[in-house]
Amino acid sequence: MRRWAPPALQGLVLAGAVVLIVLLPRFTSEFRLGQFTYVGIYFIALLGLNILTGYNGQISLGHAAFMAIGGYTAAILILGQKGFELAGQHPSHVLPEHGMRPLFTIPIAGLVTGVIGYLFGIPALRLAAVSLALATLAVAVSLPALAKRFEHLTGGGGGLSLPLPHTPFGWNISTPHWLYYEAWATAAILFVVAWLLVRGRVGRAWRAIRDGEIAAVSSGVSPAVYKTLAFGISAAYAGVAGALFAIQVSYINPDTFPVTLSILLLASVVIGGLSSLSGVIVGALVLEFLPIYAQTPPVVHLNFAKQAGPVVFGVVLMVIVLLVPGGMASLIRRLTRPVTAALARKA
Amino acid sequence: MTPPLAFVWSEFAQQVTSGLAAGAIYASLALALVLIYQTTNVVNFAQGEMATFTTYIAWTIMNHGVAYWPAFVLTLLIAFGGGVTIERVLIRPVEHRPELVIVILTIGMLIAINGLTGWIFGPEVKAFDSPFPNRSVIVGGVAISIQDIGTFCICLGTVVVLWLFFRFTTLGLAMRSVAFNPDASRLMGVRVGWMLALGWGFAAALGAVAGMMAAPTVFLDPDMMLVVLIYAFAAAVLGGIDSPVGAVVGGLTLGVVINLLGSYVNFVGQELRLPTALAVLLLVLVIRPTGLFGRVVVRRV
Amino acid sequence: MSTLLELRGVEARYGPIKALHGVSLTVAEGEIVALLGANGAGKTTTLRAVSGTVRHTGEIVFEGKQIVRSKPDAVARAGIAHVPEGRGLFAELSVWENLRMGAYVRGERRTLRQEAPRVFKYFPWLERRRDQQAGTLSGGEQQMLALARALVGRPRLLMLDEPSLGLAPTIVQEIFRIVTELNADDGLTVLVVEQNANVALATSARAYVLEVGQVAIEGESAELRRHEGVRKSYLGY
Repeated sequence: MRRWAPPALQGLVLAGAVVLIVLLPRFTSEFRLGQFTYVGIYFIALLGLNILTGYNGQISLGHAAFMAIGGYTAAILILGQKGFELAGQHPSHVLPEHGMRPLFTIPIAGLVTGVIGYLFGIPALRLAAVSLALATLAVAVSLPALAKRFEHLTGGGGGLSLPLPHTPFGWNISTPHWLYYEAWATAAILFVVAWLLVRGRVGRAWRAIRDGEIAAVSSGVSPAVYKTLAFGISAAYAGVAGALFAIQVSYINPDTFPVTLSILLLASVVIGGLSSLSGVIVGALVLEFLPIYAQTPPVVHLNFAKQAGPVVFGVVLMVIVLLVPGGMASLIRRLTRPVTAALARKA
Repeated sequence: MTPPLAFVWSEFAQQVTSGLAAGAIYASLALALVLIYQTTNVVNFAQGEMATFTTYIAWTIMNHGVAYWPAFVLTLLIAFGGGVTIERVLIRPVEHRPELVIVILTIGMLIAINGLTGWIFGPEVKAFDSPFPNRSVIVGGVAISIQDIGTFCICLGTVVVLWLFFRFTTLGLAMRSVAFNPDASRLMGVRVGWMLALGWGFAAALGAVAGMMAAPTVFLDPDMMLVVLIYAFAAAVLGGIDSPVGAVVGGLTLGVVINLLGSYVNFVGQELRLPTALAVLLLVLVIRPTGLFGRVVVRRV
Repeated sequence: MSTLLELRGVEARYGPIKALHGVSLTVAEGEIVALLGANGAGKTTTLRAVSGTVRHTGEIVFEGKQIVRSKPDAVARAGIAHVPEGRGLFAELSVWENLRMGAYVRGERRTLRQEAPRVFKYFPWLERRRDQQAGTLSGGEQQMLALARALVGRPRLLMLDEPSLGLAPTIVQEIFRIVTELNADDGLTVLVVEQNANVALATSARAYVLEVGQVAIEGESAELRRHEGVRKSYLGY
């Protein structure tokens, strides 16, 4: 992997980003802070998708479905049977009796989703790229319908209402701040994990498979092992993001993670830059803010607000593909080359 | 025949015929997808949205007083031109890039065109005229809707016309040769780029037919073809993504199977029709990865 | 005899790898010229440069016009028929449809009606098998179909890339016999790339030997057969 800048500069930028994230709550309103929490959540989901599609070359048009699985897992665990009954719904007896602390449901949601993703990855091995795209799309489309069907587990069409979140262990932080740091701390940990995976042997195997499966096999890399692993890990990430999302919103129903979100996730990964972990932050920012910001220009037009967002999003995506295929990450790399090259020469 | 059996037979026949009509629409859009896949190696995810947009254009033309069939033909021409333009302007710059990149481009087109449609025409559902009367005919004791017959005939008729074109005309032969071997075609003097553009034009026209046939029943709104695209995609893959015959057979099969599943299997009901069909499809694919009619490509190392 | 094709200092590259380091050659009207050399010497690349299927620089003049910047389909329309390595047939199409595509460059229907009888004279069996799928033909038959397809377009220059590849010696003799006949009867100009130096030198009037992307030896074929370097490296004695 080409290095963008000398390690010292990279470390500096990373440190700067961390400082920015930590200090952000002091400068923004509560509403904005919520938005940046969503950025963190999308960041995690996009990391997972980037691993699968960017580094391993398997296209997924259904990643929101994995988020839904994670979200529902967390929600069900938080409610427990008692919670279902309190809401006037009839729970399945598979559920634990008492609810769990939301914080602890996050890794469990990730694990459950990861296993399901891994299991999905096994038959997926037999599918060609086009069929895999269809298969993931099929899952994304089917999951809401299935969720509506199995009411005893998912609360059906009405969904599950969760108790409002609050800072755990009696810590002295406001709840929005807590949710923000919870999301970003998780994001930071998962970013490091992804970074280690990607630059290590696993990442090399993934890239080898992406760039030429036959050649990879002759180098001793087993596609089956690494492809299913990629699916599992990427699904786990999405599951964690889904759990955080459900906790943030305190509600989940079959339409919380629709097909359109799956498509937008893939689009955002491309905008940020496929196979660029640092580009994912751009994708997350775009996903959260672009559809909204397109509504705020002062032009007064009845339909503009609702419809301009997708148009702008789609056009941005097309422009990126046509002009800057490496995504925003490569654009930033190119723009800062004068600086980084000069620094490299000095070093 | 005892009355209960006669009753079941007529309902079955009705489900089959309406399934064939819906299947004909899926088949048209599936064929459009295959046409583009054969030459560009990419699934055009924007095919449904292009179809929706052209159907809105038809609606606009008809609102200005143009009769149905002239408007139909005019829309086909506009769609054809639109398809050619999109290929030359948007796809040509990225022709040589990896397939994933082009797929993302079509997804971008999907998002943009869907938004554009809603923006220009508004999200409210609109009624769309059908050229066929809203009656049924009795055939062998079974009531079959004329709309279904008409839809089936128009869609399949378009497919047949296209088949004749590819089989017997010079241009059709040139396009086929490009699908099989673009490099050799160049050496024969074929302007491969323009053949690709024509492919997109024909695909867009097919999509317009599918849209105009679907609109009277499902009503015209910006998201009209989203689900149809999924069905068409499934049909194309089921038939073998590079097989035109497979697309048509797949589309018709899917239409009938979905209808029958929805009516006769209680568990499936109405909501789970699409998921069940997709599950069956994926099962077929895992057993036979290249689809029913697809070419089994032996990869030589 | 006027010069039909001339290359001057043609260079070509595959990505970062340079394959031709400045090739210059001429082909006069009505000649058969052979291009010889070992594997990787640049023979195929030279033909590709002429037909525009590889990135190249330099000068390529055909019938007095510069075609160095032309795209492959334009080169075909100018009257150069390139039968590539591996023949480039449309395996899924029938014999007749392949021939139709050969006539495409000059206007399919009319040209094929005129040229088909002539082509069937040289390859009578093609007419009997017109509906057979091209991919199911034998190697020798495929080569002959590729040749017939090129002829149907009434080319001014025929470029053959390794026609003997993978074929039995009797079939190779047959193919080169037909090429000689076409040249004698119709004055067809031919540039043939060959690894089989024996048959190529026997058929051609002049030849060039390429080594490492450049012309190393050139001259009349009869003389080259006696040339010591050529004999040792390419003729085996």
